[in-house]
Amino acid sequence: MTATSKTAESRVENAHEPFISITRRTSSTIGRSLVVRTVAVVIALIICAIITVVLTGENPINVFVSMFEANFGNLNLMMVSMQELAILLLVSLAVTPAFRMKFWNCGAEGQALFGGLAAALVMLLWGGKINDILLLAATLISSILAGVIWGVIPSVFKAHWNTNETLFTLMMNYVAMQLVKFFIKIAAKDGSSVVDPDMLRFSTESGEIFTSAQKFLIIAGFAVIVTIFSFIYLNYSKHGYEISVVGESENTAKYIGINVRKVIVRTMAISGGICGIVGFLLVTVSSRSINPDIVAGRGFTAIMVSWLAKFNPLIMILTSFLLVFLKIGAGNVAMNFRLSLSFSDILTGIILFFIIGCEFFLNYKVRFNFCRLGSQKKR
Amino acid sequence: MFPVAEFINRAVMVGTSLVLGSTGEILTEKSGNLNLGIPGIMCSGAVSGLIGGFLYINSGAKFSAAAAVAITLAACCLGSLIVTLIYSFLTITLRVNQNVTGLALTTFGVGLANFFGGSLKQLSGADSISIVKIAKAYKASLPFASKLGDIGKILFSYGFIVYLAIIIVLVVSFVLKKTRVGLHLCAVGENPATADAAGINVTRYKYFATCIGGMISGLGGFYYFIDYMNGSWEDASKISQCGWLSIALVIFAIWRPVIALFGSYVFGGLWILYNYTGFSVQMEPIINMLPYVVTIIVLITVSLRRKRETQPPASLGLNYFREDR
Amino acid sequence: MNTEIIENKNQKNSVLALELKNITKAFGTKVVANKNVSLDLRRGEILALLGENGSGKTTLMNMIAGIYHPDEGEIIVNGEPASINSPKDSFGYGIGMIHQHFKLVDLFTATENIVLGIKDGNGFNIKKSSERVAEIAGKYGFEIDPDRKIYTMSVSEKQTVEIIKVLYRGADILILDEPTAVLTPQEIEKLFNVLRRMRDDGKSIIIITHKMNEVLSLSDRVAVLRKGEHIATVNTAETNEFQLTEMMVGKKIVLNIERTEPHDTQKRLEIKNLEVVNGEGRHVLKNVSFDVFSGEILGIAGIAGSGQRELFEAIAGLQPINNGEVVFHNPKKDKPVSFFHKSYERVVELAKEGKFHYADGTHVDFSGMKHSEIKKLVEEEKVLFYEDEIIDLRDKTPLQIKELGIHLSFVPEDRLGMGLVGSMDITDNMMLRSYRKGHSVFVDRERPKKLAEEIINNLEVVTPGVGTPVRRLSGGNIQKVLVGREIAAAPKVLMAAYPVRGLDINSSYMIYNLLNEQKKKGVAVIFVGEDLDVLMALCDRIMVISSGKITGTLDGRTAVKEEIGRLMTQTEGVNEIDSNK
Repeated sequence: MTATSKTAESRVENAHEPFISITRRTSSTIGRSLVVRTVAVVIALIICAIITVVLTGENPINVFVSMFEANFGNLNLMMVSMQELAILLLVSLAVTPAFRMKFWNCGAEGQALFGGLAAALVMLLWGGKINDILLLAATLISSILAGVIWGVIPSVFKAHWNTNETLFTLMMNYVAMQLVKFFIKIAAKDGSSVVDPDMLRFSTESGEIFTSAQKFLIIAGFAVIVTIFSFIYLNYSKHGYEISVVGESENTAKYIGINVRKVIVRTMAISGGICGIVGFLLVTVSSRSINPDIVAGRGFTAIMVSWLAKFNPLIMILTSFLLVFLKIGAGNVAMNFRLSLSFSDILTGIILFFIIGCEFFLNYKVRFNFCRLGSQKKR
Repeated sequence: MFPVAEFINRAVMVGTSLVLGSTGEILTEKSGNLNLGIPGIMCSGAVSGLIGGFLYINSGAKFSAAAAVAITLAACCLGSLIVTLIYSFLTITLRVNQNVTGLALTTFGVGLANFFGGSLKQLSGADSISIVKIAKAYKASLPFASKLGDIGKILFSYGFIVYLAIIIVLVVSFVLKKTRVGLHLCAVGENPATADAAGINVTRYKYFATCIGGMISGLGGFYYFIDYMNGSWEDASKISQCGWLSIALVIFAIWRPVIALFGSYVFGGLWILYNYTGFSVQMEPIINMLPYVVTIIVLITVSLRRKRETQPPASLGLNYFREDR
Repeated sequence: MNTEIIENKNQKNSVLALELKNITKAFGTKVVANKNVSLDLRRGEILALLGENGSGKTTLMNMIAGIYHPDEGEIIVNGEPASINSPKDSFGYGIGMIHQHFKLVDLFTATENIVLGIKDGNGFNIKKSSERVAEIAGKYGFEIDPDRKIYTMSVSEKQTVEIIKVLYRGADILILDEPTAVLTPQEIEKLFNVLRRMRDDGKSIIIITHKMNEVLSLSDRVAVLRKGEHIATVNTAETNEFQLTEMMVGKKIVLNIERTEPHDTQKRLEIKNLEVVNGEGRHVLKNVSFDVFSGEILGIAGIAGSGQRELFEAIAGLQPINNGEVVFHNPKKDKPVSFFHKSYERVVELAKEGKFHYADGTHVDFSGMKHSEIKKLVEEEKVLFYEDEIIDLRDKTPLQIKELGIHLSFVPEDRLGMGLVGSMDITDNMMLRSYRKGHSVFVDRERPKKLAEEIINNLEVVTPGVGTPVRRLSGGNIQKVLVGREIAAAPKVLMAAYPVRGLDINSSYMIYNLLNEQKKKGVAVIFVGEDLDVLMALCDRIMVISSGKITGTLDGRTAVKEEIGRLMTQTEGVNEIDSNK
């Protein structure tokens, strides 16, 4: 250390400190977390805007206007985006109980798809042959049951042998997809790869019993009911309490006599059941057709929605809205410029990275020590 | 008669993608990072290679196979590296949840691949975006392979990446088992606090492992595209499925690259099995279900047999922060 | 850099090995771990760093080892200001720390752990390194197999690996953080001999401890820390236990724990030939038999990890039992039923089994009676038990035990990992025991909240409110919440594992008082402790466990420390003693 001046001496103390020092935050206020998250979303949106502008050459304001219009341009569009929101919200609510238990259910996709498959099967067999109300009930029940089965299988193995649930549920997605393909190959006689509305019909002449407004109301209704149910179930019921305890510490759960295995299986049954409802809504109510991509990756998006909302059903309304808005909006922008619809996935990814990354600033405190830079140069 | 040589040949081809995918993930997981973004990285690697090759072909330069291979490989590695760096930065520096980050990366990577795969034509105004020409360079095999009949077909008829993959497996395996770097890396994955206390730069090791792992996996994605898909883009769904299987293979291989190598070839065989069976077209999905069903069975079997040495790295999925007490 | 230090050392032999100047370190804004600490360490000496739990000893040493970085102050090694930002820097200055929680990779061999992180420029050769390890071990008198994996080793062997690891790196300054806490007296003596040999070899050693006898027998000088501040450094030869204690705790505290005579003792719990094999296939409890009586405190002494945890967990229904019995005695003969059972379905069931009689001795048979009638009879205390209840608890889950009406309270060693949920608030943690009550599908948070408030008031828990996650509380307050909840369940048996570990003296005394209160209420209390003085002052009987076997049971009033220590380490001939009984 050759520095002789007094100012250099006084810097020596700080020079020992690393340039960036990070400490864990012990507490965080709601206001702070709101500010940090908002800033993250804003920065992400700016970056998305830049990318969009670079790719399309369009004025960013116009891009956002176009995104907004795609979502809320007219009543029909609004209904479509709200319906999309309701479906994503339902899938998110489905995965939430499992996540609260630290059970990484990546299989919502497959659970919903299998539920949809059950609905399709019931409609194919009984459609037009039995009373429509009865048919509706039968499809709903069989969808829920199918979803439950698909959710419970991995949970049983997780509960008894701690089998890796992330991969198990993932693989179950693909198995369900192949089963749907199989079903289509069997059902569609002409070798086509879709089962169309003509085959999954109600007894009316058009095969349809709901108007599109009714469809919207049914789907939104389910979303509202399940949201309220989830909120109460998770926060105020004994089951919900058990889920939290198991998620936080399995040892504590055993210590107070909770049957951990039972809770895991039961919770996944609920998860799977809600996914089954989604399958029913997609196949029976919304489209009257089935294909392997009908859930369209919502199982994964739902994981983000749920995690971003910190597993709180009410906040999930907000987070799923954000993602749906982006998906539809960016899809529209891409379409206008004849670009691939996957454009929305890129933008979604970027926004997710920022929202996920901003957690750091909620959990840690960062301090820069600029003195160190100066003193390091002197060595 | 069942075309054994042909079948093994194709199985190894598909298997090679899985080998690279799972070897990359093994390296990543050894550092204690569970990267569920591998499917996204593999897709990004594939599309980066595609973009590189596409730009080269459209650059007007005189076509040279060596240059094409070099450029596509470099583009693939660079693309996978950049995408992996997003994951590394978020999980290692910002210490956020690895599962969620990985899944977001998969969304992003698959989207990226589908976007550029689907829009490249539109963006560049070119007639076609196939790089079949370059794919041929990748398929070039040893000249004597075709003269050796079935043996030649099974052992020597592949493009160089198949052999490169084997070399990568052996190198990774050697590094993990026999070198100081490997010892340090395993220590980081097992017990980062200990490694840190021993003066190992945990952050640097994690970065290196995830990035190199990401590049290896990305190469796997690119290989699937350039060889199995013959270098003409359809969509990313098959590659992302390869990615998920690769992650599952890591468990199957109990974190050993050499086991992953053989496991991958077996899975490659299951992947293409339907084409070699005489079943009706209705049965196709059922046969194609096999890799996933087998993976599930493997997952269950592994979980039934618990042994200390076959457990995942002890700190897998946990982020390390020194001052956590 | 290494060679430079060695040169320095040769030139200025009189210079201090290590000097700390005005070190301050805070965690967050509230917790100041070290305040303005200045210390020095001479070459070739053993310095004991003495202080209570939480006095900042480990934090201070962690800063020298590069784990933490001081907020203010300077570290001087061999007369030169040192810039230590990482453990690596610390090694560079020839400093090596042996942490209390071993920093070893379980899956690696001893040698692999020892060479971890070393980049000496030589090729990577594990075999050669193994030889080097054996050589160092030979020099100082350690016994170790360099190629054994850590997870197969005993605690003392692991510690040996840690020490060799530091020596292998050529450290001149060794810091040991409570090295004796997990060792048997014999192992401690062995360790001390090794340390003395190192000192004679010219190494400088800091040993963190709070055991007075070790300070006095081993160290050359003693530095005392209290609440993060350096109180004084004195020559060991010129001080005594009394003076050191005073410096350590501040004011003189009468180490006097109240102990009443046990009264109305009845056999409450009978453990017969208990055998437990743990998940890894190790025989952790071997042929354990003992009785626990109501109205007394049974102390269990033993080296940490001798089977105490498994014993408690086996009783509580958390650990599968391979052999033997856990029998619960409930003296109910001729006592009114209302006293024990609140579930009338259960009462009716038991009546069918012929468990009750009326006050006049006639048999109770509820058949044909309405619930309201039964309820009335029971509440008027007209229905009495025929005989004492004797229940085998073996293979019963905690829930089944609870449903049998047996109130078994258990304060586990791992407070946040087992007893409480760290991220939940105090109210929700109270609910852990009571949330099942009632038929509603919803939880009742009102009563737990009241209980939480009561505990906060009665046990003086320092917390912003009932809504604070328990993880945010200090160790002592966490323990008060846990013990408070367990006692609130009005237990018949109370098991407490290391209930004062990590607590300051005041909180410790509060816990002792709570245990004593329970004893007076007729609860059978089992107390696993580590401080023998406390065990001897608090317990009516002291049972000693060693390697999963009971090596003896002594009267708490007459027991001598040396005898307990001998039993704690006794591993041979245990079976003979048992069979002679």
